[in-house]
Amino acid sequence: MSWGELLLFAARAVAGHRLRTGLSLLGVAIGVAAVLLLTALGEGARRYVINQFSSLGTNLIIVVPGHTDTTGEMPGVGGTPHDFTLDDAIAIERQIPQVRRVAPVAVSTVDVSHGQYSRQVALIGTTASYVHMRDIKMERGTFLPKMEFRRGAPMAVLGTTLAHDLFRGADPVGAVVRVGDWRMRIIGVLAKQGTNLGVNLDEIVMVPVATAMRMSNRSSLFRCIVEVRAQADLGEAKRKITALLTERHGELDTTTLTQDAVLSTFSQILQVLTLVVAAIASISLAVAGIGIMNVMLVAVAERTREIGLLMAVGVERRQILATFLAEAAILASAGGLVGIVVGELLVHLMVALYPALPAFAPLWAIAASLAVSLFVGLLFGFLPARRATRLEPVLALRHK
Amino acid sequence: MIELTDITRVYHLGETEVRALDGVSARIADGEHVAIMGPSGSGKSTLLNLLGCLDRPTSGSYRLNGQEVASLDDQELTKIRRNEIGFVFQFFHLVPRLTARENVELPLLFAGVPRRERQSASQAALAAVGLATRAEHHPAELSGGERQRVALARATILNPAILLADEPTGNLDSASGRAVLDLLDRLNKDGQTLVVVTHDPKVASRADRILVLIDGRVVREVGGEGINEVMQLLAGEDAT
Repeated sequence: MSWGELLLFAARAVAGHRLRTGLSLLGVAIGVAAVLLLTALGEGARRYVINQFSSLGTNLIIVVPGHTDTTGEMPGVGGTPHDFTLDDAIAIERQIPQVRRVAPVAVSTVDVSHGQYSRQVALIGTTASYVHMRDIKMERGTFLPKMEFRRGAPMAVLGTTLAHDLFRGADPVGAVVRVGDWRMRIIGVLAKQGTNLGVNLDEIVMVPVATAMRMSNRSSLFRCIVEVRAQADLGEAKRKITALLTERHGELDTTTLTQDAVLSTFSQILQVLTLVVAAIASISLAVAGIGIMNVMLVAVAERTREIGLLMAVGVERRQILATFLAEAAILASAGGLVGIVVGELLVHLMVALYPALPAFAPLWAIAASLAVSLFVGLLFGFLPARRATRLEPVLALRHK
Repeated sequence: MIELTDITRVYHLGETEVRALDGVSARIADGEHVAIMGPSGSGKSTLLNLLGCLDRPTSGSYRLNGQEVASLDDQELTKIRRNEIGFVFQFFHLVPRLTARENVELPLLFAGVPRRERQSASQAALAAVGLATRAEHHPAELSGGERQRVALARATILNPAILLADEPTGNLDSASGRAVLDLLDRLNKDGQTLVVVTHDPKVASRADRILVLIDGRVVREVGGEGINEVMQLLAGEDAT
């Protein structure tokens, strides 16, 4: 008996009980659709994060003070033996040929007030180069002008929400606000940027980096964003920056991160999350498998006389096993196919309703859910099928 | 040639031991037509199941064409059932979702016979039982007599040497029963060994030999013409 004939024989047995078949098929379909939908959500989240990072540009290296070997802490979290200074940033820009430009960044919080209005916001000190690296657009006025890193100036750029909160619709450009203890002239207002990687760029005040460091009385930078001339230079530039800073500090106490490294870490975390969610959803497939087992047990009980007859006409026990396993496999894989179609429809519906989340069921998830449903069918179909083969022919033939 | 020597078959129903066959010895020659009669519970069907290798004796020897089959394993018994034996049952045992043709082809399908050969064999077998035009009907669309003839076509499709029939007319009206018996007679005349279990004297009287079983023992062996003697014996048995 060929595989095709076996499947045809089994398919006709399955098709003989439409309601029963339909219900157990539905169980598998719901399980597969759930796996697909949740995997698509996880994948959508991963893609969302990747998109957020990609908007930052891919030729960037981020240098943060601190190194796990020297401080025992996460990079960027306090406690470094040497300050990561403005001079370090200047050295990177001047001495490494692959580097196009550098934007040193200092961060603190500060009170900003104008007349009766006052807000506490994030203060970001940086340079003119920052505008190229973070895709910054201006609503009005100009961004920080090009000038010596070490030179400060009492000028500030406001985030759009902050500007609105302080000026209530009036034009802030040219006005003077109080930033901490300093009086500063506003030279520009950022266009609406929204939140990027957890920082709300609409509620910040930006000043020249030297001024920011003086205001917060710090000598160490928060980080330094380095743009290389070409993506191919990333590795070389990263090595040279590390070597340069190690030489300047006498030890390795900074960490260089590239976008793709950060990205791949995030991507991996989200992929693991997706797998976990898919695994949880696949519990419903196990439940569907029990449904198949139930249906197959009923089928074996109902067709006991048929099994007896097959034995009487010389059909081998392993052939009877194969027949019932094939029925379970057909139920499971047909349910799996229906589940994939339903799941895909739901994913498309979700994308239509929430376009911001690029939900997408990857091919591996589709293939895996189909394979798992088939496996579940065979696993849970095995017990009933084996029960069929263990019948005694004489008793099976006499079964009422 | 079928040779049974001192066959016993004991069932255990809980604590109780039931001796369905108790020292049966018999020889059935190739091409012979034998009827097995006896009251209910006398062991007729048990004997037929043993002859058909659906069951094994508890003790004794069963030689089929010189080969001892009482000790064969499951797979070897399956092979003998497939190649040597055809069954006809009182309740036909047709698969309801398959057509008459597909029911007849069932043994060939699992034996791995290609589709074309299956179809020509089933057509010939259905034609031989007068059902060539009913091939694509399902069992529910056939009369009792037609169903039994389909079962007969299925039993003979692999051309077995031995045909075993358990009350083949038990569920049929007399005209249909006669037609089925005529077909069985014809197959027997063509050389197949025929063993029929029956209550019906009309069925038994067609046999070359009648074995009478009572309480798991062969108590009488007579020719087909001795049916009246058998019926008197069984009537006496019923009275006790």
